[in-house]
Order: sequence, then C-alpha cells, then structure tokens
Amino acid sequence: MAYSDKVIDHYEHPRNVGSLDKEDGNVGTGLVGAPACGDVMKLQIKVSAEGIIEDAKFKTFGCGSAIASSSLVTEWVKGKTLDEAGQIKNTDIAQELALPPVKIHCSVLAEDAIKAAIADYKRKAGKDDSAAAE
Amino acid sequence: MTALGLKTTPTNAATPARRPNVPVYLDYQATTPCDPRVVEAMLPWFTEKFGNPHSRNHAYGWEAEEAVEQARAQIAALIGADAKEIIFTSGATESNNLAIRGVAMFLKDRRNHIVTVSTEHKCVLDTCRHLEQEGFEVTYLPVGTNGLIDLAELEAAITDRTAIVSVMGVNNEIGVIQPLAEIGALCRAKGAHFHSDCAQAVGKIPLDVNAMNIDLMSISGHKIYGPKGIGALYVRRRPRVRLVPMIHGGGQERGMRSGTLATPLCVGLGLACALSQAEMVEESKRLLGLRTRLLGGLQQRLPEIYVNGDLDHRVPGNLNISFAFVEGEGLMMGVKGLAVSSGSACTSASLEPSYVLRALGLNAEMAHTSLRFGFGRFTTDEDISYAIDHIVSAVEHLRSLSPLWEMHQEGIDVSSVQWAEH
Repeated sequence: MAYSDKVIDHYEHPRNVGSLDKEDGNVGTGLVGAPACGDVMKLQIKVSAEGIIEDAKFKTFGCGSAIASSSLVTEWVKGKTLDEAGQIKNTDIAQELALPPVKIHCSVLAEDAIKAAIADYKRKAGKDDSAAAE
Repeated sequence: MTALGLKTTPTNAATPARRPNVPVYLDYQATTPCDPRVVEAMLPWFTEKFGNPHSRNHAYGWEAEEAVEQARAQIAALIGADAKEIIFTSGATESNNLAIRGVAMFLKDRRNHIVTVSTEHKCVLDTCRHLEQEGFEVTYLPVGTNGLIDLAELEAAITDRTAIVSVMGVNNEIGVIQPLAEIGALCRAKGAHFHSDCAQAVGKIPLDVNAMNIDLMSISGHKIYGPKGIGALYVRRRPRVRLVPMIHGGGQERGMRSGTLATPLCVGLGLACALSQAEMVEESKRLLGLRTRLLGGLQQRLPEIYVNGDLDHRVPGNLNISFAFVEGEGLMMGVKGLAVSSGSACTSASLEPSYVLRALGLNAEMAHTSLRFGFGRFTTDEDISYAIDHIVSAVEHLRSLSPLWEMHQEGIDVSSVQWAEH
C-alpha cells in the first residue's frame, strides 16, 4: 500500500515528539488506543493562563498513518484555544493526510487523543465539565 | 532518521540482476526469484519445442512428453518417491485442495473426520472449513509456544473415522519444522492418510515420503526458485491412495488432474528440484550462518526483541522477531530499504494480527510488533549487514516515538495498564 507524501513526511520528520511533565497543572495528557489493537497515542498539551495551547507533544505506537495523524494534530492544536482544539474532526485529519479508508481509525484515534488531553487538563484545573469522557 | 535511503547492489552475473533503488529482498517465504538456470532450461519449451506432451502421434509431442517425464523424475527424486506418484498442479494451493478434499470426498461414507493444525496455511484451513460445511468434522490441533504440535494430542485426535491428517512440513511465517516422521508413524498405525503441505519444506530440508510415511505431499514451484503457476502433489501408490478429482477432462495425470501440462513450467519445476537437491547441504550451512549473524547482530544492539517459534527446529532461511514496543507496520515503513513482511496485518480489513503468532500464545500486542525475515539463494553477507544496520536504526527511531517504550523505561508494566480497546 502506498502512503501519501504527507504521511511519509510526518513519519520521517515527526513534529513535536516528546513528553511534557504530566504532573504539571498546566499540562493535559491524553493516552488513547491499546497495544493489542496495534496503536497507542499519547498527546500532551500545555495550556497558558489565557487558555491558549502553547505547546503540544506526542508519542505514538502504531503504523505510519497513526504516527502522521498524531504528529499533524500537535501542529494544529498549537496556538488554539481549548474550544477551538476540541473542534478538530477526524475527517479534517484524514483529508489532510489523504488517508485510505482502512486507515480512518488512525484519524479517529488522533481526535480522541486531543479530546482526552483537553479533558485531562480541565479535570486538573478543576473545570471538569464531566462531559469529557475518555 | 538516516537509514531510509535505498541500497544499490552491483549486479552479479550468476544471480538474477538486481534493479537499482529497489529494496533488498528478505521475503523468501512469500516467493523466490526464479533461478536463471531454471529460466534458461524452460525457454526452448515455449518456442521451438512447443508440442503438447499428450500428443502421441508426432515428435513434437514425444519430446515434450519426455521433458515432462524427466521433470517428474527430478521432483520424485527430491522426496524419495517414484515418478509415477507425482501429479502436476497449478501450485501448492491446488495441491492442498486436491489432497484434502479429494481424499475426504473419496472416503466420506466410511470416514468423515479430518485432523489439521491451527497454524496451517489458509488454503488448508479454508478447505477444511468448506468440508465442515459439507458435513465433515475437523479437529484443529493447537501448537505449543514453540509452534510445534504435541504428538500425544495428535494421537488422541485420530480415530477410526479419521480420513486424513494434514500437517505442514514447515510453517510459512515462523519456519518451524513439524516432526513429520513421528506424525507419519502415528497416522500409519491408526490407518489415517497423512498429507503434508511441504511448500516451504521441499528443497530446504531432507524429505523422504517412505521413511516419513507420507501419503500425500504438496509441492510449490515458486518457493524453490522455480516458476510461479506450477506445483505438484505426491500421491502414494503403495498402499494406493485414492482421491476424487476436482478438475475433470481428458484424464491426464492418472485421472486425478485433467488439463494439458505446461511443459516449460514442468521443466522449470523439475530443474528447480534437482538444483535444490544438489545444493541443499551446502546452502543450508550458508543460510544458517547468515541467520545466526542477523539474529546475533540484532540482539547485540537492540534490547527487548524476541524470536517467535522454535529456533532449533526451523529452516535456516527464516527468522521471525517481535520488536517489543514498536508496531510492525510502522516498522516496515521504517525499513523501506528491505522487502519484509509483518505479522501485524494492520492493512487487512480485520486489523487482526497474525493467527499463526496468536496460536503460539503470543498476545496481540507482541504479534503486532513482529517482522518476518526470509532469505535464500541470492541473499549475500552484505545484504545481512545492511539489514542489521537498517533495522537497528528504524527500531531505535520508532522506540523514541513510542509511548509504550517510554512507559517501559519508566518501569511501568505495559500489560498491567487498563487500555480502552477500540
């Protein structure tokens, strides 16, 4: 199966790889997926006092499309408010990376990772809106 | 990462010409290149010697028949059979279908039970599934963590209703060699036919249908440096094994497989067998050396890698390794200078990892991290050195991206985490 150029670019030059201190009150961590299913994404966001995502990091266990999807969303969420970041849809990710149907679940997982990271941040900040399911 | 560039190997006249900028081929269990000696032997039979080997009335037919019969003898010699016991087919898939279905249908009024193994090739398992739908009972034997069957379990599974026992010689994913002689002795003692899918075994390990009490054996051309599109089925004559044909017509191949024989393909398969027989001992030693070096090189530089399947009872040209915390398909993308295959069937519709690795008791997580390396006649020392460097750098890169590797480094037992299955 041939990967799109964008997937290959993110795979070979992943953006924002790494980890933020998950104990930091300004950091939200989303860990989604399962090793048994072949993909796990960890997405972390660091939120400023103004509610802007000022940094994002990821680590992903998965295929090239899973790595590319998570790399892409770290780029997208930076500079966004939590509400704006929460609006990112898997279809946007899939379209940007030209994912084939069999890889759509990678983009779904990336959307889940953003939502999980936002929920974790809100929980820590005492702003749990309880709608934030993992 | 640095090792993504493709490797160019200088062409060696004795081996199939390598194309520049194509990956190093390490997928010899999927298929093998046709040996140039085989191709050369086949060529005249496409053009000037084009006769139908079944034409009895003129020299075109006679010479083609003679060539086909010589090939039949070469195949038989490799497995200790008589030439009359070799039936040409289109490949091992057809041979497996014909052997299992043919015997089962012939015996169905007296014996309606089949024994096979959970790690068999899909064409054996699927044939058995269809026979189940037609009223047969099938026992799927499990394998141990080493990939081998338990002979006591086999013995207990065979009854006086068992028509056929089908156990592969060598597994296509993990290369393990089943104890054919012991299985054959059990089948003979219990009066069940013994069929073995030896697509991956023929030409790689010594086989003797009489010493091993094998009644039917499937053979593939393209796994042994012969052409694609041809295989053979050994069908024992004493005591005679009878089967119901699947392809009807002019009654060729002793009535078991009608259709005009493809003379060039028969000639190619015959020579491929003869070459394998002549070179097996030396080649096995060489391949074992390559495999030992590949495994040692990887183990020396990478922690947390695991060999899947028994390493001793294994053909030398196979290695199947789980690289913990690195997903197999992502890894294949990282080693794009190598043509390998993965047990992580992430591209398949099911997203299920290899059923063979799962049958060893490997959890789905580890099955997802596996790569299969297959090497053979045209693999060089240099290919192995390149592979080691390439794999090590890709695994290190992907582990640096892996949240599971990070957790492992922090002392967290990844298997103890409650994951949300999706």
